[in-house]
Amino acid sequence: MAFISTGYDPKKPMEGRITDIGPHKYSQYFPPVIAKNFGKWQYHEILEPGVIMHVAESGDKIYTVRVGGSRTMSITHIREICDIADKYCDGFVRWTTRNNIEFMCSDEETMKKLRDDLNSREFAGGSKKFPVGGTGACVCNMIHTQGWVHCHTPATDASGPVKAVMDVVFKEFSEMNMPAPVRLALACCINMCGAVHCSDIGLVGIHRKPPMIDHEWADQLCEIPLAVAACPTAAVRPTKVEYDGQKVNSIAIKDDRCMYCGNCYTMCPALPIADGETDGIAIMIGGKVANRITWPAFSKVVVAYIPNEPPRWPTLTKTVKHIIEVYAANARKYERVGDWANRIGWEDFFRLTGLEFSEHLIDDFRESAYYSWRQTTQFKF
Amino acid sequence: MAKFKTPLLDELETGPWPSFVADIKQESAHRDANPDNLDYQIPADTLDDLLGQLELSYKEKETHWKHGGIVGVFGYGGGVIGRYSDQPEMFPGIAAFHTMRVAQPAGKYYDTKFLRKLCDIWDLRGSGLTNMHGSTGDIVLLGTQTPQLEEIFWELTHDLNNDLGGSGSNLRTPAACLGQSRCEYACYNTQDMCYNLTEEYQDELHRPAFPYKFKFKFDGCPNGCVCSMARSDFAVIGTWKDDIKIDQEKVKAYVGGEFKPNAGSHAGRDWGPFDIQKEVVERCPSQCMKWDGNALTIDNANCVRCMHCIDTMPRALRIGDERGATILVGAKAPVVDGAQLGSVLVPFISTEEPYDEIKELINKIWDWWMEEGKNRERLGETMKRLSFQKLLDATEVPAQPCQVKHPRTNPFIFFKEDEVPGGWKRDLAAYRQRHQR
Repeated sequence: MAFISTGYDPKKPMEGRITDIGPHKYSQYFPPVIAKNFGKWQYHEILEPGVIMHVAESGDKIYTVRVGGSRTMSITHIREICDIADKYCDGFVRWTTRNNIEFMCSDEETMKKLRDDLNSREFAGGSKKFPVGGTGACVCNMIHTQGWVHCHTPATDASGPVKAVMDVVFKEFSEMNMPAPVRLALACCINMCGAVHCSDIGLVGIHRKPPMIDHEWADQLCEIPLAVAACPTAAVRPTKVEYDGQKVNSIAIKDDRCMYCGNCYTMCPALPIADGETDGIAIMIGGKVANRITWPAFSKVVVAYIPNEPPRWPTLTKTVKHIIEVYAANARKYERVGDWANRIGWEDFFRLTGLEFSEHLIDDFRESAYYSWRQTTQFKF
Repeated sequence: MAKFKTPLLDELETGPWPSFVADIKQESAHRDANPDNLDYQIPADTLDDLLGQLELSYKEKETHWKHGGIVGVFGYGGGVIGRYSDQPEMFPGIAAFHTMRVAQPAGKYYDTKFLRKLCDIWDLRGSGLTNMHGSTGDIVLLGTQTPQLEEIFWELTHDLNNDLGGSGSNLRTPAACLGQSRCEYACYNTQDMCYNLTEEYQDELHRPAFPYKFKFKFDGCPNGCVCSMARSDFAVIGTWKDDIKIDQEKVKAYVGGEFKPNAGSHAGRDWGPFDIQKEVVERCPSQCMKWDGNALTIDNANCVRCMHCIDTMPRALRIGDERGATILVGAKAPVVDGAQLGSVLVPFISTEEPYDEIKELINKIWDWWMEEGKNRERLGETMKRLSFQKLLDATEVPAQPCQVKHPRTNPFIFFKEDEVPGGWKRDLAAYRQRHQR
């Protein structure tokens, strides 16, 4: 390999440098129909799962075919997306917030060819490259984080469990048979880069053991006060220990105060926390972000721990599928998972789903815990 | 020929959902074949090593990425995240495997020319693996080595006229819903506000000077498709003040079954005929609608703009014309103090270009937070620690009932000294004249 220089000279970093230019202006990538009817859209209709027609005041129409994407995506795949967009969509394409890809065209005939083409393409191994769906009252594509593919703090993988879950709810992604949209999300640790805290069903990687303390390296690798300050339960304190016959500055952890968030590890690499056999996933349900009918809400933990079972996480997928099935069979039209649980009451949620309620599901984190306990004699036997 | 056997990962190649394993293998095969005869600037087998390490993680159920590593491009404090394998002898092709965040256009529309150019850069100088997109919204280029960072930045800025995104304790890359480009619910031009503010605050985005990260997100309506209320420190959510526009003939068309409710979103199941009373009127959270069998009436003064009726009958009901946005601040994920949703700060603000009112508000919030915020404290946590009142003082926003779910339930009120006649200086001698010890 010979280094190919662009012209950048490390000795003169400022020479010819361009900075602070930001992103491209959004409007230069509008398909012509979008540019023409900007701000003048009148209504939309989902013609079939994954296909949306938007109609403008001018009478112009645009047909969008939405396909699920795996957010971890190769450039070979992106180039194939470009080929498709060049063939059917005048070279334009967009992505959604939830990792879907949207191909747009302005006539119905092209849309049908595009849709069939997208549905027909497969990766080696047989998975679909561009599954059409993800509209209306469906189980939507999952947003997720990096996991073992590219992150240093995960308690589980992300792409793998997402693939496994989406495989078992594929029918629900491709049809619109839910009472309301069901938004799934996965964060591979409680940092929640994937923000699962307001999802209908959120999966979050959790550790279950306090960190180990690498006394040999703590003082060299870490600003110890930062690790101490990072602990939300005051379990971490500075200390001096004997190591290799020497007194060294290090860290002490009160194990019974630790709830394994790993925030100290984020600040201090000498506190490794991952543990293959005991890390896993908690399931949280009933969150939402839309203001529709009810207020936005946090997801609540209904399964405290499911072990990591790569490559297909069978216990996790079975549990998620089961929650979705019970919800779909019992909720009213337009009722999100959390609205359904609130209406029937949590007693009935656990009765209907058969999930075990344990002390782990009772909040004990700070003052917010009290507000989740029940201060009334109204409950169901 | 694959470098490592990956029996566990191979199991993720089957099933209908797009397989990231199959995709990575496809890219790896592309690099082996090297059809464009490129002089790859990072090892050609980098993705073989990635799959090898991932297989090891699947076996051991632990990650093999080392903690952090500070790398970047000259003059920026963000946009690049260092990543190193903790088994570099076993997997030399990913010994260093850094991430670059690339600023995406608002609403994530692209043309293929841009995408192909970006792919060409990443083919030559990176692993060929991306995230489309990262959680915050950037295009994420996944996996390159330190000497390539400046070269990639040079090509991005010179050849693509595009910048890096944010990381670290700075303004993170802002994100918007697709807004008025293709949505009839959008109450303002989310993409333009996102673009304008991103350009305005380039310095804050590239050079970390904040206590912690800060996110803007722009939702065109209360449906909240970019989740600004849950995922941004500063959420701008479109709203309106006047009346929902009703087309009574089209309401009847919904009632008569001519139009499918909710734009056809429930077509996958037989929910029976549309019942406007049950499905719309009775679901209205403020009970401000009536249907008399002939006409729908809305008591707009009591409407809380939840979007349900409009979502359900988009051809008959439309958002009002006196449009602006509600500002909610302080949302964050659970680390460290627990999750927070955004809280209403300003109920209605102008969304007209050049967005001066919004910028003024942002600047006041930042002045306060940069002064008072502790290291790694998100705005929401500073608010909790110091009080909502302190934020009101800092932003000069008046207190109003729409900012609370209910008034306080305790009488532990901090009055300001100048609110109480005479202030805190008191005359003990006079008191003792009235009261014996």
